[in-house]
Amino acid sequence: MTRFDVVVVGAGPAGSAAALAAARTGASVLLVERGPFPGAKNMHGGVIHGGVLERLIPRWWERAPVQRWVTRRTTMVMTGTQSLSLDFRSAGWTRPPYNGATAYRSEFDSWLAGEAERAGARLVCSTTVTGLLRAPDGTVRGVTTDREGGDIEAGVVIACDGVNSLLTGEAGLSAARDPGNFALGAKEVLALSREEIDERFGLSGREGAEIEMLGCTAGIPGGAFLHTYLDTVAVGVVVSVDGLSASGVRPEELIARVKAHPSIAPYLRGAELKEYSAHLAPQGGYDALARLAGPGLLVCGDAAGLCLAAGPWLEGVNFAIGSGMAAGEVAARSVRAGDVSTAALAAYRNRLEASFVLSDHRRWREVPRLLRSQAVHEKYPRLVCDAAERVLTVPAPRPRKGLSSILRETAAANGTRLRDLVRDGWQILRSFT
Amino acid sequence: MTMLPRFRRRPWSRTSAPRRSGDETPGPPDWPEHAFEDRMATVEFRVAEQPHIVVDTEACRSCAGRPCIGVCPADLFTPTADGGMVFNHEQCFECGACTLVCSQEGTISWSYPPGGQGVVLRWA
Repeated sequence: MTRFDVVVVGAGPAGSAAALAAARTGASVLLVERGPFPGAKNMHGGVIHGGVLERLIPRWWERAPVQRWVTRRTTMVMTGTQSLSLDFRSAGWTRPPYNGATAYRSEFDSWLAGEAERAGARLVCSTTVTGLLRAPDGTVRGVTTDREGGDIEAGVVIACDGVNSLLTGEAGLSAARDPGNFALGAKEVLALSREEIDERFGLSGREGAEIEMLGCTAGIPGGAFLHTYLDTVAVGVVVSVDGLSASGVRPEELIARVKAHPSIAPYLRGAELKEYSAHLAPQGGYDALARLAGPGLLVCGDAAGLCLAAGPWLEGVNFAIGSGMAAGEVAARSVRAGDVSTAALAAYRNRLEASFVLSDHRRWREVPRLLRSQAVHEKYPRLVCDAAERVLTVPAPRPRKGLSSILRETAAANGTRLRDLVRDGWQILRSFT
Repeated sequence: MTMLPRFRRRPWSRTSAPRRSGDETPGPPDWPEHAFEDRMATVEFRVAEQPHIVVDTEACRSCAGRPCIGVCPADLFTPTADGGMVFNHEQCFECGACTLVCSQEGTISWSYPPGGQGVVLRWA
């Protein structure tokens, strides 16, 4: 049987980062991908926050297949007919190290896996890992694959097999599969000419726009997004699976509603559908993570539940890369030291706790729960938009009303008690501090 | 690029779910919405002979809610007139939403397609 020090399952950002980090320490590394190329099975909201990549691949922005750099980020609160936006642009985001990048996962994941190969890892695609090999004491000793004679022995296996991680399940490390802890992302990539995109979004060169929307998901906890690529625009929704299931509205209908919204439709007029896609994302946050280590096994990225998908926030690739780097290094070191017990591999969790990966999740641990309330997705956006409309509409010939009476009346018409609004607002604000 | 007719108008809503009262969702956009088959035709699937998902459609007969029908983004669960369920694995995104919402454990047995097969996303 072939043996590698480290076998990484899944060549997404977590897996490729793990393979790269382990290979750099001199370990023999196999990176197994079930798709015909890395990224073939992957979908993301659209933006990669690459800050952490700098530690793995210095000056990565000169090499990565980036479409546009996000220089404009709009947060939009909306109802069916209104929207109120916070539109942020920064000249700082137009320069390295940048803040966010839009990229196609087929290109980005293939590139990152290629970097792992250059560091010495061996990449094998079109190969599905079917299970774990175990020693009599339960320690993971390798993987079985669907290739003839395809069992592979490993010092440590790193499970980067995504949100539906079958390996984490088989090892008994996964958290409860509660539909409330997962979001379904569905999106359309639409073709538009580069010039049209530049003009409609006010961009030039490689500048890109990102719009995160709250209040346009038919009351289902979640949000919608729009991202610009060079000559395509991605529009989609990320909605809680339990909410979607209870709503009776289909995912593609939610996208259609976003596309038809008067604030979004003008951006998309005449665009041609290029690809429709859907994927799950973990959204349970810190309290719904899988156990990150077992004997001979580490878990990274979406497989571990490391993803922040809460309302308009969508981050996953950065956590995948951060966790993969730590896992690759800890795995290689543990194999060299000859101790791959759970206790030895606990160093992985300790490193994540000390890094942004788990400190961000810990800091925002209450956010998923708070942002899942229906009020946040339907009532409050309506309240905000109605209040804005009343404040901004010139009432003449009727005399103006004071701000406080407008707010009070709008809240009453909305069926919201100001007390609840203040309490929820304070809780949400506090959960972010 | 697919050569499918793109300009067929489809009904606004596929499902029979009632529109909620007070819902201010505007009507269809002023360009034609894609027919569902056209939508799925934009995605590449390398179809495996053996299905990677097997549904015990007998169990579906006693399921009242049938949440799988509504959440499957590829619309692969089709109820039959006699109360059964037909599932087609060929255009599966391998997303896993059906297993999350299925009320009866063991009804949907789920694995990944053989290496190199199943959905191939290029623009996601």
